[in-house]
Amino acid sequence: MADPAPVAIEVRGLKRSFGEVVALDGLDLDVEPGTVFGLLGPNGAGKTTLVRILATLLAPSAGCARVLGHDVVEEAFAVRRRIGLAGQFAAVDVELTGRENVEMIARLYRLRAADARRRAHEVLERFALGDAADRRVSTYSGGMRRRLDLAAGLIGRPPVVLLDEPTTGLDPRSRQELWNSVAELRREGTTVLLTTQYLDEADRLAQRIAVVDHGRIAAAGQPGDLKAAIGGTVLSIRMADRADLTDAGAALADLCQGERPQLDAAGGQIRLGVADPAISADALRRLDERGLAIAALEVQQPSLDDVFMALTGRPAEQEPAGERLEEAA
Amino acid sequence: MSSARAVAPVHEHLTLAASISDSRVMAARQLRKVLRRPMYVVYLFVQPVILVLLFRYVFGGAINTGRVSYVDYLMPGIIVMTAIFGSLTTGLGLTEDMASGVVDRFRSLPIARSAVLVGRTTADLATNFLSVCVMLLIGFAVGFSVTQPPYEVALALALILAFAFVFSWISAFVGLSVRNPETAQSVGFIWVFPLVFASSAFVPTATMPGAVRDFAEINPVTLVVGASRALMIGHGEALGPALGTIAWLAGLMLIFAPLSLRALRHA
Repeated sequence: MADPAPVAIEVRGLKRSFGEVVALDGLDLDVEPGTVFGLLGPNGAGKTTLVRILATLLAPSAGCARVLGHDVVEEAFAVRRRIGLAGQFAAVDVELTGRENVEMIARLYRLRAADARRRAHEVLERFALGDAADRRVSTYSGGMRRRLDLAAGLIGRPPVVLLDEPTTGLDPRSRQELWNSVAELRREGTTVLLTTQYLDEADRLAQRIAVVDHGRIAAAGQPGDLKAAIGGTVLSIRMADRADLTDAGAALADLCQGERPQLDAAGGQIRLGVADPAISADALRRLDERGLAIAALEVQQPSLDDVFMALTGRPAEQEPAGERLEEAA
Repeated sequence: MSSARAVAPVHEHLTLAASISDSRVMAARQLRKVLRRPMYVVYLFVQPVILVLLFRYVFGGAINTGRVSYVDYLMPGIIVMTAIFGSLTTGLGLTEDMASGVVDRFRSLPIARSAVLVGRTTADLATNFLSVCVMLLIGFAVGFSVTQPPYEVALALALILAFAFVFSWISAFVGLSVRNPETAQSVGFIWVFPLVFASSAFVPTATMPGAVRDFAEINPVTLVVGASRALMIGHGEALGPALGTIAWLAGLMLIFAPLSLRALRHA
């Protein structure tokens, strides 16, 4: 390519509906070359639809999207030559060995047999699958399958990589290993669009984060900006008496980093984002002074829900991520 | 919306050689997968043995095929049925590949998308060839006696395999359209069973009531079975049914190859 594109991924007014359901509702997005961009949102926010459109698997209903300057509809083939895709499900053949899987993809990039073998060896080693290379994938763990999937997506050395919820359903260790792989892509200057439901994942890997809600970008910025908006820590306090909830909320209001404390009347719970975990002592003292008894206090990492609450003033709608995770695993 | 374009539109095309190379990779993948499935061996050997024994010894005595012995009448029909059932695996396999995300991966690669289907149907043609050969050997074991010269028998097998190949494309279209493996299986039986059984594959059409007989006589399965019988055991005339079969296959291919490719684009 003679002149490099100014943006790696450029999305304007992108819409896509499935019957009555609106998955993308005028989404705009710019991803700078050589950066990792984290797209954060709950299930059903439109993340996967966006990735499928960028990967030329799905046509938009309206709007346009370009990858390295190439339109995903008009120049779909040019886009396919420049992207690598790894999804939430490991798209690998379990009857084949790890090596056979990636060699096959290398052959589909039309490498000659010897080159395909060499390239397959490289990516397998890189993703710590060298020892398992000649075992059938049916014997692999979930984490190994995801790494193989990612390895297959990188066979063609794509300048742009699309990762759709690459760690959903993985155990903590496998997640860490996958994070390391993404961090390496970032060091190499590959452009990565990463979708995730986990704030800590986006925070750790991405230079920029956008929060997707109902098929639109609700907010975008650097991870630090998002954290500043919600506070780095969340205090979760359960009141002994639910009737005290409003008073307690008022007492703690100015400690809160976000808009205002979240009150959950049914559970008698308050959540507030704070800049420092040490603020919990201050919070306890204030409640004590007013004679408001608590049943429990927890210091937590902010969740996707906290981000949503801070940015949109309401909780993320698809809540039970846990159940879905198990299905995917 | 019209932000600065960095490059002029790029319309890249694949050469025929590249498409063929992609199809070969796809076919090799499929064959490798199939041969590693333990159930495949059962499917390949056990099922044909059971079917031949059932038809030959259970139903055979009750079916009057005139001067031709039932085993000779049966074998061309049951070989055609095996090949048709074999082609049903095309659609089933595609629904599995869709569910696992493999089809999405292939569709996101800079390859000829048609290779996904050409490779798959070609691999299924190869496994069908194996099934048909196994069936023939089992037939010989239970007394099937071929009267025609080997080249005629080879022609019959070629016609049957061409038939199965075209049915693989129909099966691919069904699989890509319904997407779900269970649905594909049910739908597959719905369109295949009437074709196979309302035909001359197992019983002479003369015994069937009017409307069923009319259907059976234009049924492509009757035609391919008729041609195969003529080419294997010299029963009836070969040319008419063979030409009829080829006309059917050409027509079905012209309809279902584009439909399947379109279904893959929208998968």
